[in-house]
Amino acid sequence: MERNSQLHRQVALMRQSLFDQGYLDEQFVQLEELQDDANPNFVEEVVTLYYRDSARLIASIEQALDKSPLDFNKLDSYMHQFKGSSSSIGGRKVKAECAQFREYCRAGNGEGCIRTFQQVKREYATLRKKLETYFQLARQAGPRDSASRST
Amino acid sequence: MSTLTSSCSWKAGDGVSDQFPAGLRVLVVDDDPTCLRILEKMLKTCQYQVTTCSRSDVALSTLRDNKNGFDIVLSDVHMPDMDGFKLLEHIGLEMDLPVIMMSADDGKQVVMKGVTHGACDYLIKPIRIEALKNIWQHVVRKRKNEWKELEQCGSVEDGDRPQKHLEDVDYSSTANEGSWKSGKRRKEEEDDAEERDDSSTLKKPRVVWSVELHQQFVSAVNQLGIDKAVPKKILELMNVPGLTRENVASHLQKYRLYLRRLSGVPQHQAGVNSSFIGTQDAGFGAISSLNGYEIQALAATGQLAPQSLATLQAAGLGRSAGKSGISIPMLDQRNLFSFDNPKLRFGEGQSQQNLGTNSKQANLLHGIPTTMEPKQLVNLQQSAQSFGSMSMPVHTHGAQSSSLLMPMGQPQARRHVISESGSSRPPVLQANMGQSIMSTGLVGQALGRSGTAENGRGLGHNAILQTSSAMNFPMNQVSDAPVSSFPIQSTFPTSKGGYPEDVNSSIIKGPGGGMPSYDILHDLQQIRSNDWEFQNVGVTFDTSQPGNSVQGNIDTSGLLLVHQGLSSGQSSNGHNRNISAAGKSLLSADGNRQVTTPNVGQPPTSLVDNPVQIKTEGFPDMSYQAVLYPEHYSQEDIMNAFLKQQQGIGPPDSEFEFDGFSVNNIPV
Repeated sequence: MERNSQLHRQVALMRQSLFDQGYLDEQFVQLEELQDDANPNFVEEVVTLYYRDSARLIASIEQALDKSPLDFNKLDSYMHQFKGSSSSIGGRKVKAECAQFREYCRAGNGEGCIRTFQQVKREYATLRKKLETYFQLARQAGPRDSASRST
Repeated sequence: MSTLTSSCSWKAGDGVSDQFPAGLRVLVVDDDPTCLRILEKMLKTCQYQVTTCSRSDVALSTLRDNKNGFDIVLSDVHMPDMDGFKLLEHIGLEMDLPVIMMSADDGKQVVMKGVTHGACDYLIKPIRIEALKNIWQHVVRKRKNEWKELEQCGSVEDGDRPQKHLEDVDYSSTANEGSWKSGKRRKEEEDDAEERDDSSTLKKPRVVWSVELHQQFVSAVNQLGIDKAVPKKILELMNVPGLTRENVASHLQKYRLYLRRLSGVPQHQAGVNSSFIGTQDAGFGAISSLNGYEIQALAATGQLAPQSLATLQAAGLGRSAGKSGISIPMLDQRNLFSFDNPKLRFGEGQSQQNLGTNSKQANLLHGIPTTMEPKQLVNLQQSAQSFGSMSMPVHTHGAQSSSLLMPMGQPQARRHVISESGSSRPPVLQANMGQSIMSTGLVGQALGRSGTAENGRGLGHNAILQTSSAMNFPMNQVSDAPVSSFPIQSTFPTSKGGYPEDVNSSIIKGPGGGMPSYDILHDLQQIRSNDWEFQNVGVTFDTSQPGNSVQGNIDTSGLLLVHQGLSSGQSSNGHNRNISAAGKSLLSADGNRQVTTPNVGQPPTSLVDNPVQIKTEGFPDMSYQAVLYPEHYSQEDIMNAFLKQQQGIGPPDSEFEFDGFSVNNIPV
């Protein structure tokens, strides 16, 4: 099946680019390694879970950012959770923005926090789209090692 | 997805399985569902038996309900309902399980905090599977230390190094909080000892420190003078056949820690509670803390006179300044002081600073036992029986003097591995089982086994743990059961209404083998859960299991008079909380009214009830107890008060510290 192997190649390429462009890091590989025949869609499931759960964290942060004065401790705490979550799926860029946000929190820089948060959301959304596309392609290519580790 | 897979054949109690570390029973606590899911998968890949939990309170109640059901705990540091370090303390005090902390925070301060609070390791998130592959080493290490400790105490039979051991024992008890650490020092002595490297098969016969026994012990100690009391002499004075110097030594160690804790600063506790026994509802938490101290004082004096108590209270209050700061890691005493818990109590009391309540309780119990007369236990037992299982029975099971306090069943958890004694200790299992009322099937078993009046009276020197380990195991399996009783996954609770207790309910549905009472429990639980809702904080913790209280008690008697407890609990649903408060007040008000521990020493039947009680922190029990044992008071009351406090009556704060100890356990 040329078509199939072609698809697999595409999947592999896409996957590699996600790493090369810094969207994903080593932790994502850890997830891939957990995927097996018993849990063939483990990575996708976890990522879906992440997006679902982190949505409320994002909402909480947003709400907190609306308050005045800003409660930096709370913001830092939320972001700590969010960062932990993002890092567990290997979201490298998101994680980096989260770290920046926390820096601003510690410095008490509300303006910086608000600005950085926009970037956090942007990276978060971008990653989501990319991963969705990736998973879709992987499903299309079939179960055969769609999450190719042969990179 | 219950993570309990029965594929692993490693059973703590059974000895070393050649599959070790496969089958290691891990409890993971993390509020982040993504991380939890990933960890679960990783641990399963390592072939461990995994149970997940997204809330600390549920985790604690699960642990309490399943003593000896887990080998190691992984917990996140930042959690909304309870600080990870607090959970760490609780676990250390109550169950003495190795705990690994996890966090994305790798700051030196945080890691240091983990170390000082007794975490055996600290992992930085995101966690790699490689880091999890070796966590079994902590289990082995801990067991080894425990063994050493035990070894050091030496035993009459050993004979070869009696002197040395005695010295060591004394040394350890006084020298360090983490008495178990002293085991390491004795390494050289251990050389000639049996090789116990296969930690997985540690089986140590456990001595059940019944109330009478403990009283004998305390009077021997007082006779010799606390400073001069050496295990050998104590043993001679006690003149109890079958008791080894080793048993006495470890018990002494705990006792010392307990006393030290009492005299130490009752840190958090003190602040919270002001009244020793009488703390009313509000004083729940306080009571426990104070109790611990007071009880200790009492214990020291060998009698709990009302005045003494008052004095103690005052002292305790004064002390409440802060935590004693003694973070004595739970001593892994082989001997269960009183229901398995006793041991923990000692150690716990020390180490738990925050737990205060719990730990205090432990101490309290410890002290109290001395005061408790054997007959009291009997009374308790009887009462327990009549009531059905007021949470107390759970504790009482051990008639062990100290156990009264400790019903919280913590020690069990660790013990199962060690105590294998294989005897018969069904009760032990039961304790675990009881706790997990959830695993109805198991419980049933436990009860069945414990049928023997674990209650403490008959316990004598039975090794409590072993059975527990056995039991625990099933528990896990139970979880596999449809209800997935065990896995405390976040989805867990709510069956009742969003109550973490779901675990219970689910469990009840589980094996269903055992006790018919479970159904009742289940219902009760549900009802209770409703009540609990408002309590939430504390409740969730307890609710999860009726077994909570049971835990404490189960050890000894597999008291699962859940039914009774439940019914009582039920009616009081609305007041579950009140009950506990009431219970407390009972304690305080009447002083004599024994609030909660009617269950003490109650026969297995009480187990059933206990579960219910456990949850409410003994609420239901409280009511019972107060009514039941008016005559026992003095000591019983005190004990109960203590127990209650320990149980979880704890400070009103949401911390589930007090939950953990559901008063139920305070058998009277």
